[in-house]
Amino acid sequence: MNTTLIFDEDALLHRLHHYLPSQLPLKDFIHHNTLHAFQDIDFHKALQSAAEIFGYKTYLSMDEYRALYNENKISDDVLEHILTVHKGQTQVREWKERLLFGKYNEHRIQRIGQLRALWKNDYAINLEKSVHPILFRLVCSYLDQGISQWKFPAKSDGFLESIRSIERESIVGIFSSKRVKDLLFSPTLSLKQLLHILVEKEELFEQYIFDQQFLHPGWSGMVSTLEHHPTALFDARPITLKEYILVELLLEIDCIDMKKGDMWKPLSPQYSLPALFQEIESNDCYEVYTLWQEAFEWSYYDQVLKGLQYIPQKTEVHNQPILQAICCIDDRECSFRRYIEQYAPSSETYGVAGFFNLDIYFQPEHSKFPTKVCPAPLTPSVIIVESESKKRHENEAFFTKHSHGLFSGWIIAQTLGFWSALLLVKNIFFPGKHSAMVSSFLHMDRTGKLDIERKHTLSASDSVHGYSVEEMAERCLGLLSSIGLTHTFAPIIYCIGHGASSVNNTHYAGYDCGACSGRPGSVNARVAAMIANRSDVRALLAEKGIHIPASTVFIGALHDTTRDEIEYYDTDVLSSYHAELHRNNEKIFEQALHANAKERSRRFLFTNTEEDDHIVHEHVKLRSVSLFEPRPEWNHATNAVCIIGRRKSNKHIFLDRRSFLHSYDYSCDPDGTYLSNILKAVTPVCGGINLEYYFSRVDNSRFGAGSKLPHNVMGLIGVANGMDGDLRTGLPKQMINIHDPLRLLMIVEHYPDIVLNVIKKYPPTYEWYDNNWIHLVIIHPDTKELSLFRDGEYVPYQPISDSLRVVVHEKEKTRTIESSYENLSVYIVEE
Amino acid sequence: MNIHDSIIAIVLIASLGFFASLGAREYQERLISRIGFFTMVLQTIAVLWAVMLWVINGANPIHMQEITLYATKGYSFIIDFYIDSVSVMYMSVGVFLTSLITRYSRYYLHLESGYKRFFNTILFFNIGYTVTVLAGNFETLFIGWEILGISSFLLVAFYHERYLPVRNAVKVFSIYRIGDVGILLAMWASHHLWHENITFFKLHNYTLVHEHLSGHSVIGIFISLCILVAAAAKSAQLPFSTWLPRAMEGPTPSSAIFYGSLSVHFGVFLLLRTEAFWQHQPSVRIIIGIIGLLTTLFAYPVSRVQSTVKTQIGYASIAQIGIMFIEIAMGLQTIVLIHFAGNAFLRTYQLLISPSIVSYKIRDMQYHFNPNAQSVEDRLPEKLRNTLYVLSLREFYVDKVLTILVFGIFKYVGKKLSFLSTANIAIVLPIVYGAALLLLLYQQSIPPMLSDYIPNMVAIFGLLLVMRSFVERKRPRLSLFLVIMNHLWIALGISFNESFDAMHLYLYLSGVILMGSLALVLLTLLKIKEQSYFDLNQYYGHIYEHPRLSFLFFISILGVMGFPITPTFIGEDVIFSHIHEHQILVAFAASTSYVLGGISLIRIYARLFLGNHVKNYHEVALKTS
Repeated sequence: MNTTLIFDEDALLHRLHHYLPSQLPLKDFIHHNTLHAFQDIDFHKALQSAAEIFGYKTYLSMDEYRALYNENKISDDVLEHILTVHKGQTQVREWKERLLFGKYNEHRIQRIGQLRALWKNDYAINLEKSVHPILFRLVCSYLDQGISQWKFPAKSDGFLESIRSIERESIVGIFSSKRVKDLLFSPTLSLKQLLHILVEKEELFEQYIFDQQFLHPGWSGMVSTLEHHPTALFDARPITLKEYILVELLLEIDCIDMKKGDMWKPLSPQYSLPALFQEIESNDCYEVYTLWQEAFEWSYYDQVLKGLQYIPQKTEVHNQPILQAICCIDDRECSFRRYIEQYAPSSETYGVAGFFNLDIYFQPEHSKFPTKVCPAPLTPSVIIVESESKKRHENEAFFTKHSHGLFSGWIIAQTLGFWSALLLVKNIFFPGKHSAMVSSFLHMDRTGKLDIERKHTLSASDSVHGYSVEEMAERCLGLLSSIGLTHTFAPIIYCIGHGASSVNNTHYAGYDCGACSGRPGSVNARVAAMIANRSDVRALLAEKGIHIPASTVFIGALHDTTRDEIEYYDTDVLSSYHAELHRNNEKIFEQALHANAKERSRRFLFTNTEEDDHIVHEHVKLRSVSLFEPRPEWNHATNAVCIIGRRKSNKHIFLDRRSFLHSYDYSCDPDGTYLSNILKAVTPVCGGINLEYYFSRVDNSRFGAGSKLPHNVMGLIGVANGMDGDLRTGLPKQMINIHDPLRLLMIVEHYPDIVLNVIKKYPPTYEWYDNNWIHLVIIHPDTKELSLFRDGEYVPYQPISDSLRVVVHEKEKTRTIESSYENLSVYIVEE
Repeated sequence: MNIHDSIIAIVLIASLGFFASLGAREYQERLISRIGFFTMVLQTIAVLWAVMLWVINGANPIHMQEITLYATKGYSFIIDFYIDSVSVMYMSVGVFLTSLITRYSRYYLHLESGYKRFFNTILFFNIGYTVTVLAGNFETLFIGWEILGISSFLLVAFYHERYLPVRNAVKVFSIYRIGDVGILLAMWASHHLWHENITFFKLHNYTLVHEHLSGHSVIGIFISLCILVAAAAKSAQLPFSTWLPRAMEGPTPSSAIFYGSLSVHFGVFLLLRTEAFWQHQPSVRIIIGIIGLLTTLFAYPVSRVQSTVKTQIGYASIAQIGIMFIEIAMGLQTIVLIHFAGNAFLRTYQLLISPSIVSYKIRDMQYHFNPNAQSVEDRLPEKLRNTLYVLSLREFYVDKVLTILVFGIFKYVGKKLSFLSTANIAIVLPIVYGAALLLLLYQQSIPPMLSDYIPNMVAIFGLLLVMRSFVERKRPRLSLFLVIMNHLWIALGISFNESFDAMHLYLYLSGVILMGSLALVLLTLLKIKEQSYFDLNQYYGHIYEHPRLSFLFFISILGVMGFPITPTFIGEDVIFSHIHEHQILVAFAASTSYVLGGISLIRIYARLFLGNHVKNYHEVALKTS
């Protein structure tokens, strides 16, 4: 990474975009690897580099690791094993000594920021104090989607042009210095031109811009992301990172001009500064972190792997299950599925990425914009249009602009003001549905109609309306084959998407289905069921060898993971036979939801888990509508594992809602074609979720958004602290309190060599495993032998844990759940 | 229980609740929140009871003389209470909202570090609120007023590990301090006007007020303007408006209760409380009305361009309070009270549900978005529109102008004095002070023509010292020492007045000397521990490693700045009362010292103990976040 002598503007902007946070506006919040920029190198090396270049904290602290060890959350056996593997048998004692008692200076000296610090040190100018507030206010007002009543006088040709037009026609300008005004209108305005004024040596230009932009990575990241995803804003605001940097440089020159006149010298450091991306040298402290982190991770993984090797004593064989449920792979559905199976022993559950293999936009009726409901990297091919739905947006007087007016505000204060006193009391003592709440069931109106079939091929818009029958069959085939549901169909098969409900939650999109681009999965589940119910589709499927009997129906449904409620779609067209079966199944789901709510409640303060599950469930529902509840649910917190395999080989382990579960039958897919598709979709989604949680947990102040309690909403696109703070990216503290920062362990049930071929085929997926951002273990379907993928090849793995606890009685299970607020260890459930 | 007892009960419950909450441990969330809520429920019952009795007794203003804290010839410091429709309204709205907020925060702050500190501060604020609202004279009101100021500082700087909240907290504190001096000067002038510690009750005696004011109309206007300065500062009226949006740094419920509803309406309260005094002075009423009008005209466009939800609510509220000032000027007391309550409820609720605006508005846009929607301003000619937009975005440069006008001058003078280093201060100061003391002893032999100037000169010298302290960037202890010295000089200057009383001096200086020495010792301790991170050039965040030292230092500087925990608080008032009516310069020096000294002390505290921790072996936020 040499800095070439000639300053290359495009290369700089490209590199900046790569390193800046890439979080979309709040409404499209999707989990992703916070350190995606470093994903091309090994995980541990990347963490050390990120720490030394940018000053992030990338591991837990030494004290935290030691505390975990003392609490036995890092197992001594595993630690010794890790030390043996990494340092060799002879070094174990010495290294253990270092890990447990070594003294390390954990102070981080970051390379970034050293050049720009000279403004304060050498020039006694606090540039940030003058420049940041006005810069943030300008860009926030420009991008604002609907908070301000008097909008930024924006021009359609961009940020810089808008600023020029204001400056041209205004008595008081944004800039004060004559020189800066001239520069602003100069036709040759460029970064280089401005940088020559600020920095003497051209080879330092890039470092200067990096220093400058990483003082406010939130806004810079937002601008750079919007430059690449302009459609993420409803109210279009074209902007580029270059324009933004130009404005910042102009503001800086303006500020110095006003203090020093226009005869000041550019920055020229007297001593050499470390180049930003210069090679990082390994050091003891980071080696110790690495070992601790591995030991922490394997202390948990080891139990899971041990559990997977366990062979249950009783294996029930059912000829035809009474129901089958296809849920999302989401870790939150892990316990829900367990309870469905518990209350309906002859049922089968499946896990699949929650978009149900449908690459679609959804256009709600009355809506001005289509909504993407498939994974972020996919480009939908069709639009599903809704019709005959009810209006579902209520007006809320407290958000109207009138309350901010003079006379109207005066009236409102004396009328609505007293009404709000009553609302306050109501919302604090008797929380209930609120017009400002986000409810997953509002995403789609269950009484409306969805148009899934393509009527005409030509359309004015980019996407076409509805699928052709062939396309439907192809999507359906992909869905069923990948999860191994190709024979023995139950009379009713449920496709269950999921969504979340909350109030006063700016990060609501992050709680919905990640595979549906942060939207509830109701449309996808319903469309998947509609497709599978069509006789023309089934006829095409039969040609491919999948025979769905006429006595089988699919029902789409949505599981609200916050409230533990479920909504079914199109049940009014069921035959009386199916309607009867469905009524019975509803009771099973009802029971499962109660039990699920009870299990979740052990992590909630002020909810007594020991009470009857109906009562606990009511408490849990209340959380979703309580204004004062910053944690309506724990979302993906504590996630650590992803298992791809048959349900019957992992059904017996209690995983404490820590695992993503994808159904996959190796025997239906000998050459791994479907596995390849699964890994392509699941690796970035689960890996992204897992690493975002990891980083937001280890450095909540820099990677995370900090506490959400003081957050202020900026222009509807982000949150910041106070009036003049930078946008905060990542997860708020309230989402990660209970999260243990472990990388994801991907476990695949198949023959090792087949999996190796599959992952090597697609480089972007392979990178995750090759650079150890996700651990990969293959479990042999016949022998249950474990192969750990490391440095491009397999090494056998033998679990270290003693045999796991076996829980037989339901009472004992309940007691275990009620027993603790903390993570539970893995145990075996025997029926 | 009669009304008298129930008022005492209200104050006692507030105080006991606060002290009880101090006893809990940080991790005892349930206990802490229960203490908070229980206190507020009890207090609400007591308030309801008192209000009921008050109404039954005819709803007439009632004055209650309570405790005489200090009395001497011609001076007494008395705690008085006073009940009328204004205090009843404020008290009711106050306990209502505070109860709700404590209940709300019980869940909202779960697992937040500082859970205990938050409830401590809310309950501390509650004492300040209660005392201020029920106060029967300026002295009592001032106690509550000071508590409000400190609890405000603590809540804005709740996230003291970050830079921006701390910087803004210092800003809010500085503006409040200017407001405080308004009250201090009003107390001083009214002491000379009435020759006693006037109670609010007596202000309603029209003949009495009229009699005293006739012939003293200048003092009357002076007192009224001082009160107005205090009111404008607290209620974020011009030219002090810009602190309010910047104060929205704490957890949302605290912003809601402080800056959305209760704290920000105290300026309105102060004007209503003293209305009987200024209502017959037309010039004062016109000025109040003009300030309200200007603020409204200023805050309205500024609120319209805000693109962040909390600042928008903040400015909209300022505009409404501006209208309240106009209503006050027009004498519409009842309307003001209704307006206050409605605005307080509305803004509290709006702030509490402010995070919901994202999902609500995004949904609204999805169904009703109109890209070509016009606003009123679009009808303006382009040049005027752009100018107004830029000015509104920059808050009409009010912040900048205020900083330059008020603090710029002091900084300028302070910098000119930078030749005063530790060494020459240590030598020069004792000599000059000794000389001045000698003068004091041989006062009789000074020609009367000269002796008039001496107090002025000594006091101005004291003021220079505190200005020097204000700009010190390197040596925290020097800065602190200069503030202590300033107190000594002011005391000395006033001692030249004939009514010199050693007891008064003792009262005044006891707290300063004791707490000042403690603060110096604590700083020395910190210096020993943190050699390389010990100056005033940046924020160091030492509270992370030295929380106890930080706490003790905070208490000690509160003592030095005359907070009501040491006799200095009373002494300050007594000393002020010794400044003669014509000694405007001494009064100016003393009051300016009071403002700058306080800010200087809080600055030392903030820079050394608060802000981003300089040692980043743990997670540390960016300065911009």
